[in-house]
Formats: sequence, structure tokens, C-alpha cells
Amino acid sequence: MGPSVPERPDRNAIDVRGVGKVFGTGDSAVAALDRVSVSIRENEFFTLLGPSGCGKTTLLRLIAGFDYPSEGEILLYGEDIAPLPPFKRPVNTVFQSYALFPHMTVGGNIGFGLEMLGKPKAEIAARVDQMLKLVRMEALKRRRISEISGGQQQRVALARALAPQPKVLLLDEPLSALDFKLRKEMQIELKRLQHETGITFIFVTHDQEEALTMSDRIAVMSSGRILQVGTPRDIYDRPAERFVADFIGETNFLAADMVGSSNGQARVRLASGAELGAALPDGLAPNGRVTVVVRPEHARLVKQGGAISGTLENVVYFGTDTHYYVRPDSGGDTFIVRQQNTRDGATFTAGERIGIAISDDAAQVLRD
Amino acid sequence: MNRAGEIAAKAERDDIRSRWLLSMPALATIFFAAAGPLVIVLLCSVLEPGPYGGVVWKFSPEAWISVFMERDIFDDTLSVADAHVVIFWRSVKLALLATVGALVLGFPTAYFIATRSERARDVWLFLITIPFWTNLLIRTLAVLQVIRNEGVINTLLIKLGIIEAPIQILFTDTAITLGMVYVYLPFMVLPIYASLEKLDFRLVEAAYDLYASRVQVLRRIIFPLVKPGVIAGSILVFIPAISAYVTPSVLGGGKNMMVANLIELQFGQGRNVPLGSALSISVMAIVAAALLVYVRNTGGSEARHG
Repeated sequence: MGPSVPERPDRNAIDVRGVGKVFGTGDSAVAALDRVSVSIRENEFFTLLGPSGCGKTTLLRLIAGFDYPSEGEILLYGEDIAPLPPFKRPVNTVFQSYALFPHMTVGGNIGFGLEMLGKPKAEIAARVDQMLKLVRMEALKRRRISEISGGQQQRVALARALAPQPKVLLLDEPLSALDFKLRKEMQIELKRLQHETGITFIFVTHDQEEALTMSDRIAVMSSGRILQVGTPRDIYDRPAERFVADFIGETNFLAADMVGSSNGQARVRLASGAELGAALPDGLAPNGRVTVVVRPEHARLVKQGGAISGTLENVVYFGTDTHYYVRPDSGGDTFIVRQQNTRDGATFTAGERIGIAISDDAAQVLRD
Repeated sequence: MNRAGEIAAKAERDDIRSRWLLSMPALATIFFAAAGPLVIVLLCSVLEPGPYGGVVWKFSPEAWISVFMERDIFDDTLSVADAHVVIFWRSVKLALLATVGALVLGFPTAYFIATRSERARDVWLFLITIPFWTNLLIRTLAVLQVIRNEGVINTLLIKLGIIEAPIQILFTDTAITLGMVYVYLPFMVLPIYASLEKLDFRLVEAAYDLYASRVQVLRRIIFPLVKPGVIAGSILVFIPAISAYVTPSVLGGGKNMMVANLIELQFGQGRNVPLGSALSISVMAIVAAALLVYVRNTGGSEARHG
């Protein structure tokens, strides 16, 4: 089972079209999803990222079939699967709690899906062995679930969900129960599995770092809506909304006035009076006041000049880099600059008068 | 021995003594309420019956022989006691039927309750336990009112034109079974509910996700995981059912005796305390054997795959 080559690379594995989900009725009705639309490509590692209660798990459960949408449709390779029960969808889930069957062995768990599909015994046995090898658990085939560790249970849960060769694998915060070191290992393991099996992965997490390191594309969700979909780089460097910028990484928010715009590139004037080039989100042509974001590592401290002048308030050394907290002369929030430590780099000390240089491609206008 | 050693030894002696003292109430209960009476019954079963009831202090295996054998009153030859065998067989059969009936009704009931919201569950459990507030005899008489020839069922069926003459349910084995299912149903529902309540329903979702149909989920996931509750419920129904006294005497009309009625007869009209005692111990032996077989065959046989 090598990496399979998709017949049509841009084919969508999943199309979510205007899906809404309301829990409860009448006054106690709660909208968990608000007309969400998103397309997930074949063989993609797609991540739904957001804080708890943002609707990411609800969307996953709708795709799995554990809940039915209040409106909209969910297409699997062009076919509406929204009305199908979970056992008729070629989609498998890795649960946050693993949900392994305690009364069966490791092998029994992995073979369960194939057994339910009515596959011949020999095929099931061969496939179980293959899956055990894939997750490197050959020696534990006959163990009971209670006799293996949390990390091993995680692998069994993965193998069990992958064994029936689903078209799409859904992963509901599968790494959240693991300790730090094991989580790092499993992140790499998951990427390897996705690459080796060529199955589309939809991964749900609230951990931005996990999302950035593992995903091909990320959808950032909040309050039942998808705010932005893009590659990790897009999401990090070009956040379109304040929530996205704030949720992922550290960010400087700057108030600015629009001066002009052309070809998705804006010129803005900061409170300090300096003019700056900034990228515009798609289809946005604002006027007047806007908010601009600059990532701390995209700004640079200079002894003189720069877009913003101010006083260096605090210096925090982190080994590989140093964080500088600058109070701008023009007021506003403390500006954070993160700079890599080099052997011969300039050093700055707290209390010093300082300038912040921001290159034209570092800033991004927010869709507020 | 040094001083520390002495203190340690004394602490241990004190510990042992206080353990014995603390377990005295339990030991006393076991001796006076369970083991003691049993020894008396066992003793009575190997004595001779007194002429006006009670026992005479003289060893005799006669009671044990007549549990299953009958002595011809003229020539003293032994033959199988058909009446006793029939009654024993009926007791086992009806108790099994009642257990199966209670399981068939009780499992869905317990499942229904376990899948309600937390608040609703309490209400349903409360409703299940309400019959316990009423005396067993009164509940059995209520069943009699429902199934007798002029009772609710027959009247309704006749009114609806489904039958012309009333169906004779009362004073049959069916009546006894129905009565026992009704009376012992809570003993089946409650332990199964307790097991289902502990069941992680995410496992059910996982099974659905892995292509198991509803029947397969029930058979392969839910049933194996709540088996302890099913076993407990079956035992709790089977034991009182096989030794039921009130239900068969009211609903069986004295015609269809079960073993408890037979035993009562020996202590009462029959004035044969040794035979009554021997029969009692035989029932215990049957129950113990049945439980052993049942638990052996269901307990350690969880599904093994792979």
C-alpha cells in the first residue's frame, strides 16, 4: 500500500455546503454551526482549528454521521451522505477517547470494521497484521485493551479506523490525551500514516501549533463559522480577521488609516505618521480606519529610524530568540518584536530609545 | 526481643483482636440466620418424622429416599416418585421461562431508561420500584383479576370480537409464569440498568462508525458489555422463581404445584418434617448446580478475536 496517486488531483473528497446544525428546540435552541461551507481535497491533511465550542467537533460528527445537519448538504465525492447512518458511510473516526472495545483484543478491535463489512476471515487476518505493522504494534496483537498504554491505545485506534480503508479519516483531537513527548511523536507518525495510506485526513484540534505543523490546509473556526481557510503559511502570515490573528501565534495590532490601495496591496498611515504597505484580504477595499497586524518576528529593531519610534521596556531572552517589548511614542499597545539571536547581532537594553522597522510585505490589513 | 519488637507484636495482636471484634456482627448474622438454620434443616432431613409433626431423634434415610422414590404401601418396593419429579421439573421449567420472559421484557426496559436524560431516568427508576411498595400477595391477586375468565384480558378480547369464549389462563402454568415475570421483573431491570448506565455509549458510536448495523451493535458491543448485569438479573429472578410459593398457590390454584408448595405441604398437612427438609435441601442443590453451570458458561467466555 504505497502512496496512491489521485486520478484527479483537485477532486474534492468532502464538500460541505451551507451546513447548519441547531441543537434543542424553541427558546433553548443553540446554533452550533451557522451555514458552513468548505471543500476538502482528496489526500489532503485538513485541520479544523478553533477554541472549544466553536463547532469543529460538531462538523466532524456531521461528516461521520453521528448527528444529522439541520440544513445543507455534505457531499462525499459528489454524493450527498448527510442522510446516511454512520455504518453506511465509507468514513471512519479516531475518537478523542479512543473508544476501543474493552472486551476484545487489540487484533479484535482492528479487525472489527472489516468483520462488520463481511470480509472473508483470511483477508481480515492479513489486513489486521498489515495494520499492526503500519502502527508498529505487531507484538501486542493478542493483548487486551486494558493491558496496553495510552500511546499504544492511540495507535490501535488509528489502526482500527484505517483498516477498512475509509475514503476519509476523521480525527477528533486524538492527541489531546497524550503527554508532550508522545504527542510530538504521534504528530510525525500521523503525517507518515497519511502519506503512506494516501487517505484524506480531517483533523480537529484546538492546538494551533499542532495545526500549523501537520496540516496541508487549515480552517479556523469560531462561534459556528469558518473564518478563514488556507495553508498554515497563509493563516499565519496573512490572517484575514482579528480572531484568526489573535488565536494563532502572537500578534501586534496597529490602528491605521487607509491612504490608498491597488492590486490587493494597501498603503496605510500609522499613528506614528509613517506610511506602510500592507496586504489586503481578498475582495476587501476599505476606507478610513483599519487594523493592521504585524507578526513579532516580521518586525526588526533598529537604533535609528523605522516606522515606529519608542522606548524599549523589557527584554526577554529565550535562547534561540529574544522578545523585545516596545512602548510606542504615538501611544497604543506595547509592540512585541521577536528577533533571532545571532553571535554578532546588535544588542539592545531596556530603557533605550529605539525604532521598529516593518518591511512592506510584513503587514496585513484585517477584515474587521 | 527488644522493646520496639514487643510494641510491634502487641500492635499486631491488638489489630487481630479488633478485626475479630469488628467482624463479630457479620459472623453472628451468618451463623444464626444462615448456617445455623441450614444445619438444623440438614439434621431434620435424616431423622424420623414424629407421629403428630416434628421429628423423632432417630436416624433414618427414609426422607431422602422418598424425595425421588415412592415406597409401595403394600409390598415396600421402590419406584420413581412421579409426582415429585413432575413438580421439580415444573419448577425448573417455569423458573427458566420466567427468567427468559423477564429478560425479554427487562432488557429493552432497562435500555430505554438508561438512554433517557438524567432527570427522566430517576422518574423511570422510581416507577419501576413502585410495585415493591405493595404486598406480594396483593400484587398476585391483581394479576389474577387481570387474567381470570371474567378478567380484563378476556373481557376485552370478547368485546373486540376476537374470541367468543374466555380463554382459560388462570390455574395454568402460563398463569404462574406470567405472574412470576410480573413480580420479578424489577429484579431483572435494575441490575441490567446498572450495567447499561456504566456503558460508554461512545463505544456504540465507534461500532456504528465501523459499519456495525443496529443488530450487530447490540450483539457484539452492548450485550457483551452489560453481560454482568444480565447474569445478575437472571440469577435474581431465577432463584426466587424456582422457590416461589405465593404466585403458584394463587395463580396455579393448588393444581399446578411448584416445589415450594410441595415443601409447605410436608411441613403442614403432610406432617413430614424430614421429607420437607430433604426437599428443601434438594432445591438448594438444584439452584446451586444451575448457577454453577450458568456462570461457567457465560462468565469467562468473552469474545476473543484476532
